[in-house]
Amino acid sequence: MPVKTIRQALQEALVHEMRRDPRVVVIGEDVSGGAGTEGGRDAAGGVLGVTKGLIKEFGESRVIDTPITESAIMGAAAGAAVTGLRPVAELMFSDFLGVCFDQIFNQAAKFRYMFGGKARTPLVIRTMIGAGRSAAAQHSQSPYHIFTSVPGLKVVVPSNAYDAKGLLIQAIRDDDPVVFCEHKLMYDLRTEVPDEAYTIPFGEANVVRDGDDVTVVALARMVHYTMEAAEKLAAEGIECEVIDPRTTSPLDEDTILESVERTGRLVVVDEATPRCSMATDIAALVADKAFASLKAPVRRVTAPHTPVPFAPSLEKLYIPDAERIAAAVREVHGYAR
Amino acid sequence: MQLSHESLIKAYRDMTTIRRFEERVQEEFSKGSIPGFVHLYAGQEASAVGVCSHLGPRDHIASTHRGHGHSIAKGCDVSGMMMELFAKQGGLCGGKGGSMHIADLDQGMLGANGIVGGGPPVVVGAALTAKTLNTGNVAVSFTGDGGSNQGTTFEAMNMAVVLQLPAIFVFENNGYGEYTGASYAVGSRDIAGRAAGFGLPAVKVNGDDFFEVHEAAREAVERARGGGGPGAIEVDTCRFYGHHSGDAQLYRGKDEVKRLRDDRDCLKHFRRRVTEAGLLDTAELDAVDDEVSGLIEQAVATARAAAPPDAAALLSDVYVSY
Repeated sequence: MPVKTIRQALQEALVHEMRRDPRVVVIGEDVSGGAGTEGGRDAAGGVLGVTKGLIKEFGESRVIDTPITESAIMGAAAGAAVTGLRPVAELMFSDFLGVCFDQIFNQAAKFRYMFGGKARTPLVIRTMIGAGRSAAAQHSQSPYHIFTSVPGLKVVVPSNAYDAKGLLIQAIRDDDPVVFCEHKLMYDLRTEVPDEAYTIPFGEANVVRDGDDVTVVALARMVHYTMEAAEKLAAEGIECEVIDPRTTSPLDEDTILESVERTGRLVVVDEATPRCSMATDIAALVADKAFASLKAPVRRVTAPHTPVPFAPSLEKLYIPDAERIAAAVREVHGYAR
Repeated sequence: MQLSHESLIKAYRDMTTIRRFEERVQEEFSKGSIPGFVHLYAGQEASAVGVCSHLGPRDHIASTHRGHGHSIAKGCDVSGMMMELFAKQGGLCGGKGGSMHIADLDQGMLGANGIVGGGPPVVVGAALTAKTLNTGNVAVSFTGDGGSNQGTTFEAMNMAVVLQLPAIFVFENNGYGEYTGASYAVGSRDIAGRAAGFGLPAVKVNGDDFFEVHEAAREAVERARGGGGPGAIEVDTCRFYGHHSGDAQLYRGKDEVKRLRDDRDCLKHFRRRVTEAGLLDTAELDAVDDEVSGLIEQAVATARAAAPPDAAALLSDVYVSY
């Protein structure tokens, strides 16, 4: 099977779906780039090149460059979705959610419920998350938990190229609004990815590694740090079961609960800040539904309750790493009442 | 443009339906039959009807918190609306939206909106669908003077111009954003002029005069349908009630509402115009009044008799599938 980057996998998903369905359009700032310039279109293809070249095949009417006006982008995508298109809108950095939250939170997410079940809003919002490039406080956050807390939205947080392609195709075919979070440090990460189109259903976690001692639930880039920690811990005789939920809304509660019922121990690893986060949500889920199985307190390995710092030395401290994950696993593994 | 007899009757019927609907909603709200908040459109009927006369069910509109008039003008079922306001099963939104979210996608009505400035970006999307799929449809955003100040509205107008979309921005300037004068809150005091600054052909019309609104909307809709891009219309209008039903209206001048009702009633103006010109006679208009009264009476009776939503409705319709 061919090996591809997440960037290639995402582009393949877009191309498959745009060929398959003329209602699929890509809209956002610089999705082609270069409009109104001497250099001409396709100057960018998104900040990190996911949509590069699409305009050549699909033209300006389906690869729609917009002004830098996030509310109009999200509102246009929501309005287009509810009237018959299937837009894939790009919210370049997830931090820009702050500019256009209303259109996502009060409009797209609520149409169906407010309108008594008559609306369908097949909208995908692609957006970048993640710290690690010294992009500082307004270009580095991972606010998928904010989207997850909104009824009406679905939220995807892929950790590898295979999942990214299958989940993006699923997102585009899905009839609900989906926020698709891409970690900015992972676009060049490679895995085997089939050339053909395929879907991965939402709400089905991937058990990345089997183990009987400690359940570790990790999201996006944290899956890779967790696997690094798990290999070290295996050498110490601690076997981690590593679960990648892949979607936070819907969340595959069963896979997490079944694992914790077996291991009795849970660590949740989340690059986001800890208050009202996925780490906290999953900890609460297990406290609520698997309390009797727990042999140790649940540990959350997260960013601190701070904005993302600029200085590389501080940012390194901000982002959870394999060392911190391993330390948390050792702590819950060695816990005795 | 000369309107046909049928068009004139329909315009009068729609405007009268809005007026009687709102008067009755005010009455029912005061009695406690309607939960939540209602924002009444009475006084502004010529705007909704003048514009929507040019639209079919496949054209889209988005409205404001003051959305009953736009809904009726766009063809929403009056009983379905009344049931929705009464929070009953069978309401247009199954009793889950209420006055501020009243919508009917089958009629191209994308919803009243609880967020000031929430609608214009959505209308850009509906216009984008029309352009991308080459349907020949148009999309109309109704916003107030308050919404005209929102950044979302500016963004929406700019994007409609950039993408040359069949979108029309109608600004109903009723003089007040909540309890504050538009003369205070609209910095330039010239909403149409501001829209023109975004590159939109923009006109200002007298909202007391149905025919003036109708003509401006005809031009804007024809231009947009023909691929000529977006437009804007500022409608100078007035509201006969407060911001919401129950508003003490301390911001109003002495006898202001009485003066508005005496001098600026678009329904009275319409009646006088068509009878003086011999286009319709009093008997025809009175017959419409009677017909509408019956319709509203029936709507209230239906709403009163309907059951509230089943408990299961709490959890349904969040997602298509989850």
